[in-house]
Amino acid sequence: MGERTVTRADLCEAVYQKVGLSRTESAGLVESVLAEISDCLERGETVKLSSFGSFVVRDKGQRIGRNPKTGEEVPIAPRRVLVFKPSAVLKNRINESLSHN
Amino acid sequence: MIKSELVQRIAAANPHLYQRDVELIVNTILDEITGALERGDRVELRGFGAFSVKNRPARIGRNPRTGDKVKVDEKHAPFFKTGKEMRERLNGGSL
Repeated sequence: MGERTVTRADLCEAVYQKVGLSRTESAGLVESVLAEISDCLERGETVKLSSFGSFVVRDKGQRIGRNPKTGEEVPIAPRRVLVFKPSAVLKNRINESLSHN
Repeated sequence: MIKSELVQRIAAANPHLYQRDVELIVNTILDEITGALERGDRVELRGFGAFSVKNRPARIGRNPRTGDKVKVDEKHAPFFKTGKEMRERLNGGSL
């Protein structure tokens, strides 16, 4: 399990095989899809991709953290974080395929 | 934004493509990521983030109401870690 890492190149290849566009154009479209999702998230919008999952931007308030090495208190500034909520379909597919082997 | 809106926006920016081709492109990308996770592989998209599968071993849980012991089976949960560039963009710090 987890022996390989899939990258942009693999996504581009899959799009190239399936859609019948040139490799360059396939790569450009993979990039556009990621850019469109990123732009939305940057504006604070939620991105919902049915049967896959949703990306939600959450606001985190300021809190006091601690340097675990020195025990020193450090303020952690308010910030926005991105959370991925996998859909039930995705969770089930992963569990079914990985639990049976 | 939902998937159909994503498809529409990409189609609007690429007038030479049919909407159904754009739909196929978006679905192919999501299927490829799903397929990788089903094999237990990692998906790393620099600047965006990385998907991986976390293994949650079987454990003995408890029914909080009755205190009864319950067997909880092993689980595999998809996990997403936000990429560095994405994190910076969310916080207005595009370097």
